[in-house]
Amino acid sequence: MEHMGIEPGRLQFSWISSAESTKFVEVVTQVTAAIKALGPNSNFAKKMAEVA
Amino acid sequence: MLSYTEKIREIAGRLLQSGAVEMVIGFRAGTVPMMNEPHFAKTPADVQKLVWDSHCGINLANYLTDRKEKIGVLAKGCDSRNIVTHIIENKIKREQLVIIGVPCKGMVDKRKIAMKAETEITEVIEAETTITAKGHGFSKTFEKKDVLQHNCSLCIHRNPVIHDEMVAPPVVEQQGVDRYADVRSIAAMTPEQRWKYFEDLLAPCIRCYACRNACPLCYCPTCFVDESRPQWVGKSLDPSDVRTFHFLRAYHCAGRCTDCGACERACPVGINMRTFTKKLEQDCLDLFGWEVGLDPEVRPPLDVYRPQDPNDFIK
Repeated sequence: MEHMGIEPGRLQFSWISSAESTKFVEVVTQVTAAIKALGPNSNFAKKMAEVA
Repeated sequence: MLSYTEKIREIAGRLLQSGAVEMVIGFRAGTVPMMNEPHFAKTPADVQKLVWDSHCGINLANYLTDRKEKIGVLAKGCDSRNIVTHIIENKIKREQLVIIGVPCKGMVDKRKIAMKAETEITEVIEAETTITAKGHGFSKTFEKKDVLQHNCSLCIHRNPVIHDEMVAPPVVEQQGVDRYADVRSIAAMTPEQRWKYFEDLLAPCIRCYACRNACPLCYCPTCFVDESRPQWVGKSLDPSDVRTFHFLRAYHCAGRCTDCGACERACPVGINMRTFTKKLEQDCLDLFGWEVGLDPEVRPPLDVYRPQDPNDFIK
């Protein structure tokens, strides 16, 4: 994905057991903060058709 | 390579006559120059139509999927590796096949010749190392090595990896080829430049799916792009839909693509979609030491778990 031009950090992977609720909360907090810092992803947003 | 034709006809005739196979898949001359088409020879008359020259770039493994009969198939290096992949993926049984190996010196890119021609090419005459294109009041001779398909010029497996018969002794493999120069040039760009690069690359795409149809790896009964419940990807020409298609198509080929160039060859607008698959090919080599289709007994890296598989990307 990064090779194609997605910003580094936009895509993240984690392995969390269903018993690791604390880790789940930590990861969600971290990922949310990291993605908010990157800002909205406009790359895959479709634009409205431009009408004259 | 031109002397192969007689030998191919001899082998095909013998296999059909002895009943070893019910059909031989090869090439016949197309209706326009430089466009050989697949040929399914079942009778002695069919066998006489078989030809071999530098325009046999189509990957014949594509025509083996789920066949039930005994088949003789011509195989260049890349075709043979795709046949191995087909055997691994249970799309054909080894016992059904008589593989007629064809040592390959690379296929000619018809676009490279057409771009240098002043008029429409009506005739092409081939010699051992040169190729002459003729049109109305025009004739030009090219060195074959200057007009090879890009993937052929980077090829390091020109000889078939499995075969039952060979039409000629093996050719010398290319040494010291830099296979991933184009991947590195993209890796050197910033994310914005990369996004722009692929945007420009895919801009002419008309979503005809010729790349998918020409690819021997794409044999799903219903492709994800054709499904409507659920609809995995938008069907419009919006850049994000086009990119999603190409991106997912490439991912489906991860660890399976032999860089045969069938996709690029089939593209009516000349998109080099190998740019996507090359990156995956390089990753498979770097991360798993994997080269596709060399041995029918080895499972592909995305098919097996090994404790030493790299997993640094998982947090």
